[in-house]
Amino acid sequence: MSLAAKNLGFGYRDRRVGSDVTLELAAGEVLCLLGPNGSGKTTLFKTLLGLLPQQQGAVLIEGRDANTLTRDAIARQISYVPQAHGAFFPYTVRETVLMGRTAHLGLFSVPSSRDHAATAAAIERMGISHLADAVYTQISGGERQLALIARALAQEARVVIMDEPTANLDFGNQVRVLERIRLLAGEGIGVLLSTHDPDHAFLCADRVAMLHQGRLMACGTVSEVMTAEKLQQLYGVAVTVIAVPMGDGKMRSVCLPLGRK
Amino acid sequence: MNPSGISGGRAPALIIVAAILALIIIVAIAFSVGRYPIVVGDLLRVVWAWLGGAAHGLDPAIETVVLQIRGPRVIAALLVGASLAAAGAAYQNLFRNPLVSPDILGVSAGAAVGAVLGIFLSLGIVAIQSMALAGGLAAVAMVYVVARAVRGHDPLLVLVLAGVVLGSLLGAFVALMKYLADPYNQLPAITFWLLGSLASVDPRDLWVAGPLMLAGLLPLWLLRWRINVLSLDDEEARALGVSTVRIRLAVIVGATLMTSAAVAISGVIGWIGLVIPHFARLLTGPDFSRLLPVSVLLGAGFLVAVDTLARSIANIEVPLGVLTAFIGTPLFLWQLMTARREWR
Repeated sequence: MSLAAKNLGFGYRDRRVGSDVTLELAAGEVLCLLGPNGSGKTTLFKTLLGLLPQQQGAVLIEGRDANTLTRDAIARQISYVPQAHGAFFPYTVRETVLMGRTAHLGLFSVPSSRDHAATAAAIERMGISHLADAVYTQISGGERQLALIARALAQEARVVIMDEPTANLDFGNQVRVLERIRLLAGEGIGVLLSTHDPDHAFLCADRVAMLHQGRLMACGTVSEVMTAEKLQQLYGVAVTVIAVPMGDGKMRSVCLPLGRK
Repeated sequence: MNPSGISGGRAPALIIVAAILALIIIVAIAFSVGRYPIVVGDLLRVVWAWLGGAAHGLDPAIETVVLQIRGPRVIAALLVGASLAAAGAAYQNLFRNPLVSPDILGVSAGAAVGAVLGIFLSLGIVAIQSMALAGGLAAVAMVYVVARAVRGHDPLLVLVLAGVVLGSLLGAFVALMKYLADPYNQLPAITFWLLGSLASVDPRDLWVAGPLMLAGLLPLWLLRWRINVLSLDDEEARALGVSTVRIRLAVIVGATLMTSAAVAISGVIGWIGLVIPHFARLLTGPDFSRLLPVSVLLGAGFLVAVDTLARSIANIEVPLGVLTAFIGTPLFLWQLMTARREWR
């Protein structure tokens, strides 16, 4: 397993957010984390990344206890795509993506031509080469999200954790980002992402985990977990899941809200 | 793809060459201007003789002015200006805020307490400078220790708050000593020191302050890429593989060493550490490996120019702190109003 959590308890010093979370992420797999606001998705991600100390249990990266790894060793294994945000200084997109190479650089080194090549390749893969020399603070939210994913690719980690990569994106950009995530998994990268839209799980996930009040309510394949009852339990509203013909003989499920229970 | 890779249409080599040329011209003017004007040809001959070349055969007074009077002062201005600008650039990245100056962690306030206490106790100039240096280092060390002891908050916010609080406490100490000082001898000396001046710089000061400043610059230059990443959100920087606590400490130590050494020989000179990195960032973009050298060159040139004005525009020495504010404020406002490129 590329990344595993065993009975993980997580939270802040004076506030436990979640406990007993056990999950695994394999290479080339997309695991989608669903959960209502405040269920602890971001806190869980930060604990998996070692940005917050574990309160219980363990995080295993390629079978090794994450607590024994240095900051840059973790960064070479797991990259993080935070929610698209502003930046404090006007770095270009290329400079922003280049920062993804930091874990591969010596303490006193600056990026070499190899790092520049990896950066250019990552920008190319996200289809934003035309933005490479644009200033990160001046591009749109969707473009920033693509730049941040490119930065995670430049990091060349086996696992990418994405915190709501589709938040604040328009409908088209949401679909484009999810398609790119699917492509990354096709290249053998394990992706763990959170989203507020259950349909995104139908679109790109292999497996789904549901986090409810800090505990894993369900975890399994899309068809096992994404049922009307479980979604209803998770979000507290009545939903129905129906299969829709896609025109190519295949069916895809969608989730429709019915209103309060 | 261009080899520096990340210039984004800006030409760093050209900017650095232009800044070096401007600096050389400013230094030449600084040597020439004064109560005893010296033409550039004589200046070059004196410097050549000093370097071991042919004797200059000029009036020995010219040699005295160049080597004993203006030389140390110009070099001091170069070093102090470069240090304040470099420390300011580093702190602006560290605190992710373009409105931060090297004073933010209380280094100037600490140095002021040291120097003012030295003057108050009627100590010699070497002791006063040493106390200023020690005061600056001690103040920042205290701020850092206090901030590290506070847990569960944004570490940068706690650092800034601790710096502000301790700074105002130290300011109160300075006020108390001014109140108690002898108003005829000590108070003018204290006031003069607090306004900043290079008038009494001794060549020996430079042999102490210079190496300290270089020692402070070294970590900033070596860690220049990590310092770029440090300007991101703390958790983001760590997820990218940066040990933020350690790198931040190295930057604080380097910047504090440079600022303390500068303040010890020149007194408190504001504005350079705030304004010069802004201008440098407009020229080079935010990449620290270009921002740092350009800040150093611009800071050095700016202070040499201002110090030349300080000793030549009036019959008396104009305090440097006053002049940098008079020149820095309109420059800053002009830049604020005309800058197209957002710098934050």
